[in-house]
Amino acid sequence: MSTFVDEKPTQNLEAFKGVKKVPHEEYYTSGHRTCQGCESAQIMKLMAKAAGPRTIVLGSTGCMYVANTSYYATPWGVPWMHTQLGSSGSAALGAAAGLRVQMRKGVMKDEPINVIAFCGDGGGADMGLGAISATMTHPDYNLLILMYDNESYANTDIQISGTSPYGVNTSFSTPGKVKRIMNHRWKKNMAPLMMVGHPTCKYVGTISTSYPLQAMNNIRKALSIGGPTFIHCLNPCPKGWDFDPVLSFELGELAVNTGIWPLYEVERGKLKLYGKTEQIANGRFKRLPVRDYLLKQGRFAHFIDEDIEYFQSKIDEMWNKWLVPGIIPLQREIEADNPPSQ
Amino acid sequence: MATLTMPVKEQKKTYEQEALITGAEAIAIACKLANVDVVTAYPIRPYDTVMQYISQLVADGEMDCEYIVAEGEHSQFEIVKHASICGARVFCGSSGVGWMYAMEALTVTPALRVPLVAMVGNRALDDPGAFGVEHNDALAVRDLGWLLTWVDSAQEALDTALIAYRVAEDRRMFVPLALSCDGAFLTHSQALVKIPAAEQVKKFLPRYNRGDLLLHPDNVISVAPQVNEDWVMEIRRQNFAVTEIACDVIREVYADFERTFGRKYGNPFFEEYMTEDAEVVLLGMGTMSTPVRVAVRKLREEGKKVGFVRLRWFRPFAGPEIAKCLERFKAIGVIDRDFSFGSPNLSGVVATEVRSAMYTGAATRPPVLGFICGLGGREVTVPDVEKMADNTFEAAKGNAQPLTQWIGLRG
Repeated sequence: MSTFVDEKPTQNLEAFKGVKKVPHEEYYTSGHRTCQGCESAQIMKLMAKAAGPRTIVLGSTGCMYVANTSYYATPWGVPWMHTQLGSSGSAALGAAAGLRVQMRKGVMKDEPINVIAFCGDGGGADMGLGAISATMTHPDYNLLILMYDNESYANTDIQISGTSPYGVNTSFSTPGKVKRIMNHRWKKNMAPLMMVGHPTCKYVGTISTSYPLQAMNNIRKALSIGGPTFIHCLNPCPKGWDFDPVLSFELGELAVNTGIWPLYEVERGKLKLYGKTEQIANGRFKRLPVRDYLLKQGRFAHFIDEDIEYFQSKIDEMWNKWLVPGIIPLQREIEADNPPSQ
Repeated sequence: MATLTMPVKEQKKTYEQEALITGAEAIAIACKLANVDVVTAYPIRPYDTVMQYISQLVADGEMDCEYIVAEGEHSQFEIVKHASICGARVFCGSSGVGWMYAMEALTVTPALRVPLVAMVGNRALDDPGAFGVEHNDALAVRDLGWLLTWVDSAQEALDTALIAYRVAEDRRMFVPLALSCDGAFLTHSQALVKIPAAEQVKKFLPRYNRGDLLLHPDNVISVAPQVNEDWVMEIRRQNFAVTEIACDVIREVYADFERTFGRKYGNPFFEEYMTEDAEVVLLGMGTMSTPVRVAVRKLREEGKKVGFVRLRWFRPFAGPEIAKCLERFKAIGVIDRDFSFGSPNLSGVVATEVRSAMYTGAATRPPVLGFICGLGGREVTVPDVEKMADNTFEAAKGNAQPLTQWIGLRG
């Protein structure tokens, strides 16, 4: 079959086979000013480690720009550039195109270079969604868009974003005397949006910093597979979620174990659940109640039993009624539709 | 593409062929000759014909570039910004509200020292909708560090596009440049254009070299970290330093252009028409030069000594030179194809700048009238120009005139 897609080789990064095989070199080091217990900084560090030295990182505006890269104190050991809040898709596309054409014209050494655009949920799921979507339709460029998700605009004072959970208390949705719940929106389902909306995209997945080795290996897979790829990472945020930094890791695990944050990857159209999520899906692990996760966080402290029950019912629906449980929100009943007669 | 081409043999080979092409097509050919690496397109009239021509050049194998159709102007400008920082020569463009949609990207491009060359097919801003020319789109970036130039013919569009890359990519500059062409009057009007040979262009335009500012794994740098009040003022001052030398760099490049291609533009910043013995002059930018020249000749037949100064470069604004040029006339009428609501004297942008330049740079203080004319693509007619000239003569005689006048208004 002839194809007009001009694919370029990637670095072919093999999976790290165990924690002890992970290299010691860091490409995101000292110099940043992130909070204690910041899981977003953690994924940035893991990402840089997973990608290695032949990498360009484009960092969209957000807390991971403002708190991370101060003049004269950059923590980056790979070339890094600030990009505008809504531009992570365009940034990765532009860098990949710029490198590629110069290699083709023989004015730059021809080698695979990882291009990663790193954006937050505000930049990625809100403002930059259009640009990311456009970029996911360009099969000729090798790049990864990694969206870290602390479920708020965490740099600007913690405000609602398109991925903030239902009912959450943020500085734009503080509970008041009449209204307890100010955010009625349900979290945007970003990875499936990317996966279903862009059929030529070869890799889309979710990760969590509470499973660092797996996260790094999924990043390496996304960088190796070629074309534009997307990863969504959930990052507990002590400041925004209002919890003791010691709980960061545990909350990441709880998000998975309650079924709120499913872990999966879609490689060349094939969906694979992994970790506890896989066990939840095939009944080997019983989902923990969402109450265990919600009540550890100050941002849900205003929830009454009714709110927790509603939250639980939505998560139950996700796992019991969705066509692909936890992932694709078409209802199972669709299967009962009578197909048109042949 | 070209509807008519003629080989040139008998002349000194300063150009390879002559073709009947539009202003947009001339810029597309300039991009091909400049061996541009990354081009981003997004549709909006009237600039977008340039992207149709480039798309065809790529499909026909005449031009080797990454041709990316973006999903909006903001992305269009962000894509080339990043490609340029990775070392690629880039081109894009827009018109009217499209240009304004990209405003955030337009703001950061000069601050990041990106030598992007963009074509603006000048168009009225919404609302209400109008396709025709108005200069407010490109002028919106006038304070941000962009270089802004207006051309008035397809030949000048091609030549200035080549000059634009040399100026923008000069290591002392590294700033974006907007090449403005009046919508329809230039973007879509055909004229005979001398197209230089690729070899000559290569000599004139060396490869863009980003040097130690290149974003590449061999050059580990962090671009645009957070600086806050500690350093932002010093960084602004660096952008300011560019504007201090911009006129000199532009002069150098025009001289080299003349040496290479044999075409002369004289003073790069403005062109004078029948000013030698003129008592009053009109001043404006872009394709209004055609009706103004016709009117000037007509008025001269009637014995009225009027001339015309066409501004080529708005940024940098060659203030002292412009003031020196204008101080010898008895009155000046500035024709603005733009508006600047609430500005001093309620004039257009160019009139305000001219007055400001003359306040400090001119030995005399002739009256400067501001005319708002030809908005939204309305034609600047010969009678319009005659009226503006007559009013300028009145001002020269000392008869009081409103400082700002709307010309060609209906009803």
